[in-house]
Amino acid sequence: MSPRARELFGLIPVSLLVTGGFTAVLITRTEDVNNVTITYGAIFLGCCLAAHLFIRARLPDADPYLFPLAALLAAFGLVMIYRIDEAKAGEQAVVFGLGLGLLVATVLFLRDHRPLERYRYTIALAGIALLLSPRLPGLGEQVNGAYLGVSLGPISFQPAEFGKLAIVIFLASYLEETREVLVRGRLPRVSLKHLGPLLVVWGAAMFMLVFIRDLGSSLMFFGAFLALLYVATARVSLTVAGFGMFAAGAWFFARTVGHVQDRVDVWLDPFDPARVDAEGYQIAQSLFAQADGGLFGQGFGQALLELPSGASILPAAETDLIYAIVVNELGLFGACALILTYLLFAARGFRTATLSSDGFSKLLATGLTAVFALQVFVIVGGVTRVIPLTGVTLPFISFGGSSLIANFVLLALLLILSDRARRDRGLLKGGVV
Amino acid sequence: MMLVVVLFGLLVAFTSRWTVFEADSLRDNSANRRPLLEEQRIPRGRILASDGRTVLAESFATGSGSRRVFTRRYPEGTVFSHPIGYSFIDRGRAGLERSRNDALTGESSEFATILDEITSAGREGDEVRTTLDPGGTRAAIQALGGRKGAVVALEPDTGRVRVMVSLPQFDPNQVPEGFARLVRDSDAPLLNRATQSTYPPGSTMKVVTAVAAIDSGRYTPDSVVSGKSPKDISGVPLSNCCGEGTGNFGPLTLTQALTNSVNTVWAEVAEKLGRDTMVRYMKRFGFYEDPPLDYPDAQLAPSGVFNREGDLVDDGFDVGRVAIGQGGAEGQMRATPLQMAMVAGAVANRGKLMKPRLTERIVRQDGRIRERVEPEEASEVMKAETADRIKAMMAGVVSQGTATAAQLPGGVAGKTGTAEVEAGENNQVWFIALAPLERPRYAIAVTVERSQGQGGSVAAPIAKQVLQSLLRG
Repeated sequence: MSPRARELFGLIPVSLLVTGGFTAVLITRTEDVNNVTITYGAIFLGCCLAAHLFIRARLPDADPYLFPLAALLAAFGLVMIYRIDEAKAGEQAVVFGLGLGLLVATVLFLRDHRPLERYRYTIALAGIALLLSPRLPGLGEQVNGAYLGVSLGPISFQPAEFGKLAIVIFLASYLEETREVLVRGRLPRVSLKHLGPLLVVWGAAMFMLVFIRDLGSSLMFFGAFLALLYVATARVSLTVAGFGMFAAGAWFFARTVGHVQDRVDVWLDPFDPARVDAEGYQIAQSLFAQADGGLFGQGFGQALLELPSGASILPAAETDLIYAIVVNELGLFGACALILTYLLFAARGFRTATLSSDGFSKLLATGLTAVFALQVFVIVGGVTRVIPLTGVTLPFISFGGSSLIANFVLLALLLILSDRARRDRGLLKGGVV
Repeated sequence: MMLVVVLFGLLVAFTSRWTVFEADSLRDNSANRRPLLEEQRIPRGRILASDGRTVLAESFATGSGSRRVFTRRYPEGTVFSHPIGYSFIDRGRAGLERSRNDALTGESSEFATILDEITSAGREGDEVRTTLDPGGTRAAIQALGGRKGAVVALEPDTGRVRVMVSLPQFDPNQVPEGFARLVRDSDAPLLNRATQSTYPPGSTMKVVTAVAAIDSGRYTPDSVVSGKSPKDISGVPLSNCCGEGTGNFGPLTLTQALTNSVNTVWAEVAEKLGRDTMVRYMKRFGFYEDPPLDYPDAQLAPSGVFNREGDLVDDGFDVGRVAIGQGGAEGQMRATPLQMAMVAGAVANRGKLMKPRLTERIVRQDGRIRERVEPEEASEVMKAETADRIKAMMAGVVSQGTATAAQLPGGVAGKTGTAEVEAGENNQVWFIALAPLERPRYAIAVTVERSQGQGGSVAAPIAKQVLQSLLRG
């Protein structure tokens, strides 16, 4: 079976999920099924089919599982958001279409990813500007104590979502160039030149932690950087040293900077009577919602979302805490299936990295996959109290235009990378992969 | 890649922690309002009187779809307020609504299967059929006539509580809006005087003393004792002047001493029996612990001898005065109306004390009986012969003693009590009884707070009316 046929077959479970999911939600809501579900499912599937045909035409050798997995996650997200708030699901569906459009545009515009290497400093500057923009007066807005959003007139978006792509591209190309230096340095003679990049990125991560007030993104970037460093140099010592530095820095700031300290306190004991109805409310409600889910969950559309007054019981239910609702409705089993889906996506991403022949491609694929996987870890870990909760979206599922579009660009890049890598392999071996 | 697997594994581990391993403690967390909110979405089962027709509590739906919630309604208003209690989202629960909450919400049903867990939709509460008799309950309310007090009537051989009335009552339908007012009210309408209030039992306590005296083999009903007054009890003179039995008596039998409620006799008998024997018999009757009623622990009080700090003591008190339902600085005898009904019940059931209960059976929505509450023996208080002798002595109290106002065809055996609360002014008046004499069907305890009268003149007529209603039905 050709890779594209496999991709096509991969879309079948997606369509089933969309139609079945909407039906389940509608049944619990109105107790009769109308043809809306079929319409929604058909439109969604039509978009996916169109994207599939496009990939078939332009990237015939791309990894056949990446797109169906992403579509599966997006479909799942749409159903969940529809279940929480119908109007928001409509917006999300539009953004989904835009995302697919941007995927197509990226692939058309960027036939090959290697030119990216040449513009790395431009990209780096753009990335840093994007990351810093929320702090700019007049542009940025503070949400829940973190500076994440930017509003330009009626449009407001989260630049960090795009900044993360720029930074990963920069780091991949930078490390590709400097890896020789890093590898040659031996411990007795390690100089500033060797540790320089490490220190700079560490500094940037700490800066984000304190000034952007976003532990989640900070952890995400630095983790992706360490993954790249490891792939570039194959030296565990550097990676471990980097991790140690991050931990030490985070610990230091957690003890000295007030707002970081608060977050850590909430994380350690959200049920403290002084906090449980204030700062600890969100994480406490998240855990309560999960406890209600149990093994099998309450069922699609059955979760308790509103107080009798109509107010929401789970704050930010459709963005940060969407995982808690997934657990509430589908239980531990559903949550495991979701995490497994992300794991499969990550596995395909890393597979692309190993198949790539040149260093930059390898690093770029690794970096993109790592930042994707870490984002999942940061938000799901936050919701389940593995780490302090920070406002990051659950890729492809959470409500939020910036996140969804940025992740489709990420998907586009991975598809380009895998197309290239698999074609090169195919040519070398003289066969079809 | 390995690292990602490890990290994701961590996510799964923590998700399992919250959904499975620590789910119960999270659900019990006081900050968690979900259990309450979810219960609102379950139609609680009805609560019925013993006739199976009178609805004491039912649920009605408001809103639709995911906003549909159920609220409680109490068609009988104030009549069954204390035994039934209330259940409201903002006010919590009381009474049977609380003690039978699991059944009423359909929880922990033994028929629950994993399939029910998965579908989980349409959970319905079970119906609770109580032992409460509407006619007897109304008779008790009417007989109390607005005076603060309580009436408890039960079936001695089964433990079924047929009447539990506490005045003043409250309307459970008013609880959501009027809760603050009910809590503030100085008459304490939310208090169930039948189970929560401990009063000095006065001379009704002499029944316990008589049981101890005769069952221990130290006395018979015909034992002759001195009825002189005053008599030194614990070094302090006790006289018969202020209680019901007045004046100085010559030598008399125990039966006569009960008929005329002679304080000095029973105090002296108790001193001879000793504190240990008295406490042993009290404990057999169920004193010193919460009665084993299917009612919330928080709304049950134990009876016994209380020191000044309000703690139960079983030594060091003035046993002579405790034996006549009073006490002293070291310990004051206090009892709930429910406990005194149990005393009468144990005598009526030939010495066997049955566990009192308010629930007859629990029925599922499909009509299957989920649980039938069977009669259960709490303790063997005394020998059957002792019980027969005590009953005969108590019959004398009604036929020719202080409680002639309680006479009914078929015969009644009882004992009055009048405990002074404020010198010469207000009395806590009591009457405990069983009827009919042959094969007693009901045991009853009646008490009225701060009454100007006596047990025989105030409490006995109330008991008579309630017993009449019960025996008729």
